[in-house]
Amino acid sequence: MRAYLAHVELPNPILAAAGCAGTGRELSAFADVTRFGALTTRSITMAPRAGRPTPRMAETPSGMLNAVGLQGPGVEAFLARELPWLAERGARTVVSIGGGSVAEYTALARRLADAPGVTAVEINLSCPNVDDRGRVFARDGGAAAEVVASVRAAMRYDVPVVAKLAPDVADVVAIARACVDGGADALAMINTPIGMSIDVDAMRPALAAGTGGLSGPAIRPLAVRCVWQVHAALPGVPLIGMGGVTSGRDALELVLAGACAVAVGTTLFHDPYACPRILRELEELLHERGFDRLADAVGLAHRPAHRNDLEESPL
Amino acid sequence: MAGTPVQVTGTVLTTRRVDAYHALTVVAPGIADRFRPGHFVTVAVGGPQTSMLTRRAFAVHDVKSDYGGTVEFVFAVRGPGTAWLADRKARDALDMVGPLGRPFPLPRDPATCLLVGGEYGSAPLFALADALHQRNCRVDFVLGAASSDRVFGALRARRIGETTTLTTQDGSLGMRGSVVDVLPAVIADTRADVVYACGPMPMLRGVTAVCVEFDIPVQVSVEEAMACGIGICMTCVVPVIGDDGATRMVRVCTEGPVFRGERVRFDDVGTIPFDALGAPGGDRGR
Repeated sequence: MRAYLAHVELPNPILAAAGCAGTGRELSAFADVTRFGALTTRSITMAPRAGRPTPRMAETPSGMLNAVGLQGPGVEAFLARELPWLAERGARTVVSIGGGSVAEYTALARRLADAPGVTAVEINLSCPNVDDRGRVFARDGGAAAEVVASVRAAMRYDVPVVAKLAPDVADVVAIARACVDGGADALAMINTPIGMSIDVDAMRPALAAGTGGLSGPAIRPLAVRCVWQVHAALPGVPLIGMGGVTSGRDALELVLAGACAVAVGTTLFHDPYACPRILRELEELLHERGFDRLADAVGLAHRPAHRNDLEESPL
Repeated sequence: MAGTPVQVTGTVLTTRRVDAYHALTVVAPGIADRFRPGHFVTVAVGGPQTSMLTRRAFAVHDVKSDYGGTVEFVFAVRGPGTAWLADRKARDALDMVGPLGRPFPLPRDPATCLLVGGEYGSAPLFALADALHQRNCRVDFVLGAASSDRVFGALRARRIGETTTLTTQDGSLGMRGSVVDVLPAVIADTRADVVYACGPMPMLRGVTAVCVEFDIPVQVSVEEAMACGIGICMTCVVPVIGDDGATRMVRVCTEGPVFRGERVRFDDVGTIPFDALGAPGGDRGR
């Protein structure tokens, strides 16, 4: 079942979400990563990052909080060791990038521009902007658009640039519109909303960082709402839906809301075989409902409700 | 990672209480075949509609070849996930992934090996002792816990160990104190060539300090909270000094759980040491 990410064709619509598939090597012991629609890398930064102190993870009802802090080896090591491994195997790789300033995102995009094996670039906008006292880009349409425009300008024209949006903003449609106006070819939503958990035995925050990103089925209704609102406002913009997808039914829910591809994240921690399973389940559900192509189901829940008061009366 | 881990839906064969702990034996052929001492498994808890998303990691206590291969692990009830596991009955299904992690390295030539376990951390040491015996190594045990009902495997240690020293904080079994208190005397008595340790982090720190003083190699199996166990969630990191002398935040699940004790910066666990690769300050602090 083919899917499209902007103009790039993918063999199927199920992706691994950023930060949930490691380097690809770890998951390849369980599932063939080359058969994913695409694998999104963890957010790559210019310099190596050690991340946040532990505890970095706390389980919450139907979800988990994490504050990993973008631990990673930096873009040079990524290009030397991680991207070639994926490219050699023919995996489609969406490279997620994270930065603290427009200049850093731009430098990352330039570094990736001539690297072979980059299927798309996803901009992780949930990074604090050091030039704006740590306000995250995803909360500020102007700053987000500026990042998108500079990354778009630095990347090769045929590599789609995807902006990843956060749900905990006043108006997700306004941010989405700003990113599209800035040149985003597609939007990914949702990133993790910020949550917190307190260990009542220790009487301290459960995470060393205090707050962390909430993921898992707990946030799926937020994802469906964001995809729904943005698809309604910007129906021509390709959306990658993500947030608590555990089954083909969950993936179909996001497709019906308007997503043309669906990424699987936290579920991979629970079930490393999740991507091929969810794809199989989604295909079965679409067949049962008489769809030959995924595109026919995208955004279908937006169709007007059946109103019999408008029907011609037989009388 | 040694061997390829597999996910299996195992069937619970037996459940038993062992003093303060629970032990589950699960028929899981693919995992049992690939097991080496020091490996761990992860278990999904709460059933198919669970609200508990993270897998629970347990060191493998024992594998046997009956029923095509069984895996036994030992745990203490610490929260709703382990409470659910403690309620499992024979014939229940259990979603397991394993074997995971880097197992204990074994000495090439016969050596005198001292196995140190704290609380139920002693569980993986018995399979290790069997493997060491097969290599004609001498095995001695030091096991300890807060109280006698929390010392796991004392009888088995007495049966298979050359000597066994037990310690409890309340003096209810063996010597009063911790395993670290008796370690210098035991190392001197047994003339241990190498120490293997598994247990809570403070105990591993103490054991490593003693071994460094005696200048003998120590292999520690580290326990750290993890969500996935397969190296993708990046939550179980500890600061470890690499071969190049640089400190990195490494994953306990894939680079460990067994490390050379002197390489683990126990004093800095729960922090990002300022000299770790990629520590804040190296680039603009975000």
